[in-house]
Amino acid sequence: MAGKRRILSRGVAIVGAGMSTFGVFKEKTTRDLFVEAFSEMRNSVDKGMEVSDIEALYVGNFSSDLFEGQLHLAPIMADWIGLIPKPANWIGLIPKPATRVEDACASGGLAIRDALIAISAGFYDVVLVGGTEKMTNLPTERVTDTLAAASDVLYEAPAGFTFPGLYAAIATAYMEKYGATVEHFMGVGIKNHDNGALNPKAQFKATIRDLMNRKIAKAKEKESALPTWKDEWDFLKDGHANPIVAWPVRLYDCSPITDGAACLLLVAEELAKNFTDEPIYIIGTGQGSGCAMHNRDNVTSLEGAKAAAEEAYQMAGVSPQDIKIAEVHDCFTIAEIMASEDLGFFKPGEGARAVEEGRTSLKGTKPINTSGGLKAKGHPIGASGVGQVIEIWKQMRGEAGERQVPDVDLALTHNVGATGGTCVVHIYERR
Amino acid sequence: MMELREFNSTSFNKFLSEKRLMASQCKGCKSMYLPPRPLCTRCYDGEMEWIELKGKGILVAYTVIAVGPTFMIEEGYDRKNHYCSGIVQLEEGLKISARILGVSIKNPNAIKIGTPLEVDFLERGEGENKKTFLAFRKRD
Repeated sequence: MAGKRRILSRGVAIVGAGMSTFGVFKEKTTRDLFVEAFSEMRNSVDKGMEVSDIEALYVGNFSSDLFEGQLHLAPIMADWIGLIPKPANWIGLIPKPATRVEDACASGGLAIRDALIAISAGFYDVVLVGGTEKMTNLPTERVTDTLAAASDVLYEAPAGFTFPGLYAAIATAYMEKYGATVEHFMGVGIKNHDNGALNPKAQFKATIRDLMNRKIAKAKEKESALPTWKDEWDFLKDGHANPIVAWPVRLYDCSPITDGAACLLLVAEELAKNFTDEPIYIIGTGQGSGCAMHNRDNVTSLEGAKAAAEEAYQMAGVSPQDIKIAEVHDCFTIAEIMASEDLGFFKPGEGARAVEEGRTSLKGTKPINTSGGLKAKGHPIGASGVGQVIEIWKQMRGEAGERQVPDVDLALTHNVGATGGTCVVHIYERR
Repeated sequence: MMELREFNSTSFNKFLSEKRLMASQCKGCKSMYLPPRPLCTRCYDGEMEWIELKGKGILVAYTVIAVGPTFMIEEGYDRKNHYCSGIVQLEEGLKISARILGVSIKNPNAIKIGTPLEVDFLERGEGENKKTFLAFRKRD
């Protein structure tokens, strides 16, 4: 029903959070990554937890079927972390329900929302949420095909559109409409790599300048011709160093292909203090959908993201101005700019300038993607939406180290499936 | 017998192989759908019928792709030989994704949103594997 106001019937809190390092791990599978994330989550619970307290598991995963040939992932994840006890007749221990959630790159965010709704409804009290993806064992061409399967395969794919290609089309429309330039997109990449360099769990623990200097050092070592880049902007404009993937999207505008997993423990609000004195409360959730890009009235905004944001803001009773930091879905640099507008942080067309003015950088008025974002932290598809919340957890508890933003008491995550087919927004509060 | 064709992708592609760009239209409320759909999601009432589009439109969003999907690589495109994909707005007001031909692939910055286009049909493969892809070509 239009305009229906949804509420959380019961409050929900995060009491534990953990992630694997994001990166390229040829020998590891989804289950190995998931166990790492789970173990860190378990250790993060201040007052400790019993695995037997977990009543259910929701795990986000995009395509273990195509990446690993493994369908039906959820019970395996449940088994690997001890939710299916053996021997089965241990008194009081029962095999726990486990559900895989797949909505492309929003799988992780949707797993959180499903768990949240179940706890809020009173069905469960303690739920484990996870996300896991193992991508790097396929060659890039096969990864491209797998990602393209999240678009409309009947009508978008035959036009030759790839996933970067669809976002590139958004970028050309945005440039035309608002006069933005490729430098604005590059600015997002530089900022997110600056943040990622401060995140020990990031795939790229390096600024763009670091990456540039590494290439120069390599050229010196090989005694080949030395590149003549003046600075990182010069480096990003070099077609050899930063090749076009789908114009205007270049390599450093794209999030990488990543292996990784993340885990959260969600509990009913009244139980939160049994686990920690510093829980993080989820006070708003919103979800929206979108059609194929060619059927949208406006291709420079995601209707689903705007609807999700509106629902979440309304539920939380807060406005975009109140949000201290946000982790948004920067699968491509243009996506972060568009997100910052869809979420109401900046007016349509002003997101690009906000990046240029440093308003979204770590020391800006509205820091976005302090973790490095999908761009630098990495984008293990089904884990990304959960990984975003790990950063919020750290920032809100003052555990974000060198990238700590002072006094984060209200934060937001924005997780998008493909080109906006699925959008989910959550709002978090520290009390 | 065009009237008997189901309102789905199989029929849409069959029409493409006959060099016709077809949409579906609700007989009741006259809403048009491209890609064609079997159900009018505006009035939920009317039956559909096929309408042929004039095939003239403008470019509203585009990209020039260097790293393509497998089927485009098999067509000979790669990191050195790029192609253009885009969204086209037709004179009838409908939009569709398509390959874009006759534009400056080597200088993508010079491709203009708003470029006038007309429909073209790209035939690929032989015999049973023959398939027709929707394309639009720059109109002078």
